[in-house]
Amino acid sequence: MAKPVLEVLGLTKRFGGLVATDAVTFDVVPGEIHALIGPNGAGKTTLVHQLSGAVAADAGSIRFNGADITVMPTHDRVRAGLARSYQITSIFRRLTVVDNIVLAVQARNGTSLSFWRPIKSESALYDEARAIAKDVGLAGREEIVSGFLAHGEQRQLEVGLALATKPLCVMLDEPMAGMGPEESERMIPLISGLRATRSVLLIEHDMDAVFRLADRISVLVSGRIISTGTPAAIRASDEVRRAYLGDETVHG
Amino acid sequence: MNRTLNLVLLAIAIAFPLVAQALDELFYVSFASRILIYAVAATSLNLILGYGGMVSFGHAAFFGAGAYCVGIAMVHGVTSAWITWPLAMVVSALLAWVIGAVCLRTRGVYFIMITLAFAQMMYYIVLGLKAYGGEEGINLLNRSVIGFGVDLKNDVTFYYVCLGVLVAVLYLCQRLVRARFGNVVQAIRENETRMDAIGFPTFQYKLVCFVIAGGVCGLAGALIANQTKFVNPNLLHWPVSGELMIMVILGGLAYLYGGVIGAFVLLFLDELISPYTIFSKLYVGLVLLVIVLFAPHGIAGLIEKWRGTLPRKKDG
Repeated sequence: MAKPVLEVLGLTKRFGGLVATDAVTFDVVPGEIHALIGPNGAGKTTLVHQLSGAVAADAGSIRFNGADITVMPTHDRVRAGLARSYQITSIFRRLTVVDNIVLAVQARNGTSLSFWRPIKSESALYDEARAIAKDVGLAGREEIVSGFLAHGEQRQLEVGLALATKPLCVMLDEPMAGMGPEESERMIPLISGLRATRSVLLIEHDMDAVFRLADRISVLVSGRIISTGTPAAIRASDEVRRAYLGDETVHG
Repeated sequence: MNRTLNLVLLAIAIAFPLVAQALDELFYVSFASRILIYAVAATSLNLILGYGGMVSFGHAAFFGAGAYCVGIAMVHGVTSAWITWPLAMVVSALLAWVIGAVCLRTRGVYFIMITLAFAQMMYYIVLGLKAYGGEEGINLLNRSVIGFGVDLKNDVTFYYVCLGVLVAVLYLCQRLVRARFGNVVQAIRENETRMDAIGFPTFQYKLVCFVIAGGVCGLAGALIANQTKFVNPNLLHWPVSGELMIMVILGGLAYLYGGVIGAFVLLFLDELISPYTIFSKLYVGLVLLVIVLFAPHGIAGLIEKWRGTLPRKKDG
């Protein structure tokens, strides 16, 4: 297998007596969709917070693209190519779709310590933002104030904002949260298509989607990764079945 | 606001001293200068409070620092506006850099309290400056010297200089707000976490915004020292910070003219009411209450609404 782009080694986080992340070790290789699954409260989002830099780890290390990023601030990780989307939609609700994405494009294009030239005149930014809006299925919706979008569309924009940073690796925290079946069906090819240009760490509750999309799956239970393997191997694992899959109905 | 309205307002502002002179009411020219100066200070606060969403309760520190730069320089015989006014801007900007570097690490109520604390600290430091009059302050013998035949001692000339500064500040502010920098600062106000997560070092952008606002407010301070020919520690005291905040909120947060409208309405009301009652602040407070309750976007927001052009995205 190729050299990993993201390597997590013995990552640990405690909140008082609770061990939220317990010596987590796994990696994401270029061009793969690595899914992270686990029951509610397993510590998936806490893990993403540590990987994105929102929460400091107590022990362990995170290497990204050959560099140690364990103590790097969030915005520097994003600039290094590690971006994330949020489980709870976090967009700029008062801005239009295109203005949302322009911000992310602006962040990686030259300095924003520019005080004179009107941003509306920078057509390159807007052209690129429109192209990204199209990529995430929001063509024709560019000028809508994002707070007025349908839930599914807001989720698409949520993912679009992460992708607009042009990450090497993108962490999608439950991109399909709260989506209906039709909306999910639109999201699946979008995520699947990312494989060509970047790697994906996918946190998702929709098991159907996970087993269709993932190249590898890691199972997180009570802050520990109990198993990592191909979808077929995970499905066949007794340990996973006992700890997790057995408790919930698994489709597919 | 459109170009025609801008030009009409500018024409009125230019014509005002001529009319006042014709009516032999020169007091009002001096009073109008005061409004213009507070408008500059309030506009600078609007940059951080309105556009940046940083509720700073310590803006008086920059106002006073600018004023004291002019006052102290004059005590030492430096009278040139070309030296002391830029000095006031630089000193206030540096002060904003130091205060901002500490305060911007906090959020919400803590930010309000710590900016207030810094400003009060500055107030007590200036109060203790016995060499510069302590609580008595400094009486300036004269106004700053510009040269080139421009005599600031003339109240009408001084008014036009203040007007020029205000127009320049408003223009710069509008450019800045509509440029990349303004886009970033306003987005940070909307969702700072996400700005961080798309790669912006938000702290640095907020600090730059804070420093610019501090510098501009320092210039307003330099002007107020000239207007009153007097500086004292009260310029740095918290009621001044509060007054500037009221002006911005009254006028309209994140509207280009918010600070101007607020300064005009607040000072004008005060002037109108105070001859009749010692409780003028009470009535000003009632007006503020009505505005906040019925016009949450301030007077500028109300005007925009009346003109039926309330923009979906406020960008000045």
